[in-house]
Amino acid sequence: MAAPALSFAIVAGMPDIISIKNLSKTYASGFRALKGINLDIRRGEIFALLGPNGAGKTTLISIICGIVNPSEGSVQVDGCDIIHNYREARSLIGLVPQELATDAFESVWATVSFSRGLFGKGPNPAHIEKVLRVLSLWEKKDSRVMTLSGGMKRRLLIAKALSHEPKVLFLDEPTAGVDVSLRKDMWQLVRSLRETGVTIILTTHYIEEAEEMADRVGVIRNGEIILVEDKADLMRKLGKKQLTLHLQQPLSHIPEALADYHLDLTEDGSALTYTYETQADRTGIVSLLEALNAAGVGFRDLQTTESSLEDIFIELVRTGQ
Amino acid sequence: MNLHAIRAIYRFEMARTRRTLLQSIVSPVISTSLYFVVFGSAIGSRISEIDGISYGAFIVPGLIMLSLLTQSLSNASFGIYFPKFTGTIYELLSAPVSYLEIVVSYVGAAATKSIILGLIILATAGLFVPLQIQHPLWMILFLLLTTVTFSLLGFIIGIWADNFEKLQLVPLLIVTPLTFLGGSFYSVNMLPPFWRTVTLFNPVVYLISGFRWSFYGVADFDVRVSLAMTLAFLAVFVATVAWIFKTGYRLKS
Ligand SMILES: Nc1ncnc2c1ncn2[C@@H]1O[C@H](COP(=O)(O)OP(=O)(O)O)[C@@H](O)[C@H]1O
Ligand SMILES: [Mg+2]
Repeated sequence: MAAPALSFAIVAGMPDIISIKNLSKTYASGFRALKGINLDIRRGEIFALLGPNGAGKTTLISIICGIVNPSEGSVQVDGCDIIHNYREARSLIGLVPQELATDAFESVWATVSFSRGLFGKGPNPAHIEKVLRVLSLWEKKDSRVMTLSGGMKRRLLIAKALSHEPKVLFLDEPTAGVDVSLRKDMWQLVRSLRETGVTIILTTHYIEEAEEMADRVGVIRNGEIILVEDKADLMRKLGKKQLTLHLQQPLSHIPEALADYHLDLTEDGSALTYTYETQADRTGIVSLLEALNAAGVGFRDLQTTESSLEDIFIELVRTGQ
Repeated sequence: MNLHAIRAIYRFEMARTRRTLLQSIVSPVISTSLYFVVFGSAIGSRISEIDGISYGAFIVPGLIMLSLLTQSLSNASFGIYFPKFTGTIYELLSAPVSYLEIVVSYVGAAATKSIILGLIILATAGLFVPLQIQHPLWMILFLLLTTVTFSLLGFIIGIWADNFEKLQLVPLLIVTPLTFLGGSFYSVNMLPPFWRTVTLFNPVVYLISGFRWSFYGVADFDVRVSLAMTLAFLAVFVATVAWIFKTGYRLKS
């Protein structure tokens, strides 16, 4: 009995790994890219920051990592302020940038070892080897970086970010322009990293990526976080379900008696679709079925479909919540 | 102090130097040799001694200084410009390194390369004219101070430049003329009074004068004036670099 209580106490007592308070950024051009962001990232989670192009995802990450100066507000990484304790804060972080910026003439081994040193860690060939093997770059360790393919360069950037054993890993659009099989590998890698206790924050505008991997999802739009939710809750709360009824006899039109349900009839008249909100107290399914019965519409099969995170996201971004 | 980072950057830069070693050594050595053939032998044989030193020997410190300045500038400016150009600077900016550590490693690497080149040119000069170095410690001091000072200037240029033209602009339009007009090939005392006064505003004059003094014990200015001027440049550039990092000028938006 004591053990779960104790571990709960530890988890509950552990402050968030990243705490962003009232963070704003106004670029020199006068453009306000971030508007008072408040966000906490939990220890050990995979957090997906979802937002359309230009929403401010890269700006947010760049501030946390020290590449862009904040205009207002503060960020703490594991209790260390990113400005006043930048050394401690930055040594905890690994960053995989959005752009494929790599050296050209150095070998894979040299460039990854360089990163480790830059982040203040002494040489550890065993760790570098492990990272390169995990990322399937071991065979390429002596190749010059410029001879690598785009996908390999992306993995090289991940290897560089992992070279100093960070506690927090930022992946800025990690699978942009990456083919499907590589994307699956990347997801697998991210999950296995989380298992080792690394907190992962990834930005993406591919919803399936957030849906596939994230524990929590934050949606950013025009420099504002408009929503942060557990992915499962989000899908439950905002998800719409559709009930499709395959009819025994095709209908030419929807009977008057069923008008209240806003049904859709397929073109050939063979199926009716009913859309309802899952969080509603009364979905209305039971009364719909009774009404169908009373109207003499028989059906031979029914199925329900749930809207994906993608639908939710498009809805959110379009309507602004 | 993040010593691992300093070591990593320094080694990275020196590896770059090693890759381009041949071209970066061959061209200064060839051009210096040409100077000796043209000025030292062909023309120099018709020029009388200056301050009791044969003309060929007289130009050695100035030629070395010319190489030191241009090499320090180009090494340091390229070293920091290139990561900006390729985008790899993100890693430097996100690393737990202080500004001081960044400057020490980049400037240290650029200065190291320049000093190696300076010594190679000195050895090359020794093939053409008999060398004498009266004050070797002062010679080393000026060598170090000059390379560090101008590597700092190069670092500043590399951060300021946002294209390759600008990278070449300052060395080409300012530093090379100043060096040529700074008494590399003549003594300032040989100039008419007006130009002599103008020359006093050329900072490079003091560097060359001091450096030449360490070789032959003769100079246009007191060696302490030369030292003071060199240190003054150093201070100005250090202050500029400090300002750059404080404001994030051209590095952070
Ligand atoms: N250096 C800059 N100066 C001015 N505006 C910028 C700069 N960097 C980004 N922006 C603007 O800030 C907004 C957010 O950009 P970014 O953070 O890159 O978005 P995202 O990563 O979500 O696509 C965009 O409108 C972009 O044009
Ligand atoms: Mg982006």
